Amino acid sequence: MPTLIRNRQIVAEPSPPDLVVFEPGSENADDLAALAGRIGTLKVIAVNFPKYGDGRGYSIARLLRERYGYKGELRAVGVVARDHLQQMARCGFDSFLLREGEDAQVAFAAFDDFSEAYQASAARPMPLFRRRTRAKSGSEPD
Amino acid sequence: MYLYDEIDQRLVDERVAQFRDQTRRFLDGKLSEDDFRQLRLRNGLYVQRYAPMLRIAIPYGLLSSRQLRKLGELARSYDRGYGHFSTRQNLQLNWLKLEEVPDILAELATVGMHAIQTSGNCVRNITTDHFAGVAHDEIVDSFVWCELIRQWSTFHPEFNYLPRKFKIAVNGAAADRAATFVHDIGLHALRNAGGEVGFRVIVGGGLGRTPIVGHVIREFLPWPHLLTYLDAILRVYNRYGRRDNIHKARIKILVKERGVEKFRDEVEAEWAHLKDGPATVVEEEIRRIDARFTRPAYEKLADMDYTNVKTPFTAWMKRNVHPHKLPGYAAVSLSLKKTGVPPGDVTSDQMERIADLADHHSFGELRVTHEQNLVFADVRQAELHGLWQQLRELGLATPNVGLLTNIIACPGGDFCSLANAKSIPVAEAIQRRFDDLDYLHEIGEIDLNISGCINACGHHHVGHIGILGVDKNGEEWYQVTIGGAQQGRIGKIIGPSFARADIPGVVERLIETYLGLRDSENERFVDVVHRTGVEPFRKHVYANLDQEPADRRRALAA
Repeated sequence: MPTLIRNRQIVAEPSPPDLVVFEPGSENADDLAALAGRIGTLKVIAVNFPKYGDGRGYSIARLLRERYGYKGELRAVGVVARDHLQQMARCGFDSFLLREGEDAQVAFAAFDDFSEAYQASAARPMPLFRRRTRAKSGSEPD
Repeated sequence: MYLYDEIDQRLVDERVAQFRDQTRRFLDGKLSEDDFRQLRLRNGLYVQRYAPMLRIAIPYGLLSSRQLRKLGELARSYDRGYGHFSTRQNLQLNWLKLEEVPDILAELATVGMHAIQTSGNCVRNITTDHFAGVAHDEIVDSFVWCELIRQWSTFHPEFNYLPRKFKIAVNGAAADRAATFVHDIGLHALRNAGGEVGFRVIVGGGLGRTPIVGHVIREFLPWPHLLTYLDAILRVYNRYGRRDNIHKARIKILVKERGVEKFRDEVEAEWAHLKDGPATVVEEEIRRIDARFTRPAYEKLADMDYTNVKTPFTAWMKRNVHPHKLPGYAAVSLSLKKTGVPPGDVTSDQMERIADLADHHSFGELRVTHEQNLVFADVRQAELHGLWQQLRELGLATPNVGLLTNIIACPGGDFCSLANAKSIPVAEAIQRRFDDLDYLHEIGEIDLNISGCINACGHHHVGHIGILGVDKNGEEWYQVTIGGAQQGRIGKIIGPSFARADIPGVVERLIETYLGLRDSENERFVDVVHRTGVEPFRKHVYANLDQEPADRRRALAA
């Protein structure tokens, strides 16, 4: 069985998603604008990764978080492997349905692969260069 | 040289640890071949025809003598004592052991180097003009902007799994020496009427199977918006670029299928949301990056008079020495195109000697050009003669930069598993046919590019003469194009393909046609092709091709 992890813990009984973007087998598009009206009512949105190298879901996650202000659970599903996790988290995912065969304990370490990032992202809206500037001028870096 | 700060260094070190762990998991059977492929490619590691190949990044082609020494040492310890400079201003090592690659990366990290994103469907090494910072026609120092983009692109969480590879070139001078029209994104620095710096944004150019000249989607993007605009372009591409067919996955196909106007509208609509957001570049950051570059301590010198020098030094001065923005200095090309040496190849011994020469004559820095040569950018004119003598001893003073034998070639079928045909022996056969230096100078400026397959690593589409290896029923054939140009013109095919042995004769006939048609020495080969079209060349090349003298064929066979 695939394992769901969240906050570096295994979630025993995951609630089903209210919506799956890029749902396998369906033609469902990624028209987020059409979704905007009811985003506040959704508790769990899943984004499917149909292949290891299909990166569309990263953009979807950032848009949901940064443009549409989605605050609920954002779950990565499909081909979700240990080596994807940190970049997924940076794009705004907060739960991860690991594909079959992934070891959850091994996967937890992925979130520490890199201790810094240059870019702005959903997880940290200020890019490194802005945080540097702020730190220098005395206010708290975020 | 850009000097890493603590964070830059930490990220590279963490990348080494990450890849060491990934390699271990692969060797332990915990990571599948397919998954590991995605990860190793993002560290420049290909599994090649004979052994793994590692592509080491040389960001925007700038290298310190210390780094070059390290590359020489690594080539000696882990490879067969040489490396290959590629058209993407990188260095490739060809005979490595997979299990040793993490150690090689750890060694590279000690001199601020890595192989991050030198392959895979992500943003690749940023390239630029090899005369950045020293050119007369400079608008901005493109290195600073390249470094800004390097940091933005390094481990960008959203764009690590794009539909296909993504190449960005930046040009900071009036002349385009960075081939910006044949990149996924090309950026031209400009100054507006108010003197403010901005960029002309070109999208959707590229070579490969479908060569396309890029389109300008914005005439002037003020510099603070550079990164948000790149984010917008990449986001549109990441969401809508084709993923169903690897041959249609580059951004150029998306731009073509959408139409330039619609594509631009989508980018602008996306950008409207990102504009003035947190990723907007601030002046302090530009100053910070600028200050981390070491700068030569130039002296006040006067230009020297070299009009009375004697050959063969004159020939080298004419071809391999280039003007510098300051009096008394010059930029010098080290030709890696000596006949009999595969284009772009350098031995470990040469690397160490070159590093010494760079220390003595060019402030300890050098550049790698997309023509697969090296450049010392800051040489005192008074030292040119001495430098020339030392370079001659090293076999690096062939006075052929810009000439026919300065051939750009991919590693081809001798090394690469993608290649349909060999490129290095073709380059050598042409160099041997045109071994008369006076004749070469008489022919004048010409770019000749060879690719061993349609992936076009040798940039044959933009060669004044382009040669492409094609496969016909398991045999190697070569298709010839003429009239391409790095400034954004795609060459035209002259006719049916040739056998390898015919290629030097074909080039000879192209040159004969040119010499017969040019109106003066100032009209270059490519100018004549653009004036007359392909027809006169085609006619002469294919006329009685089968009657080429038998002795010539024998000479080639031998």
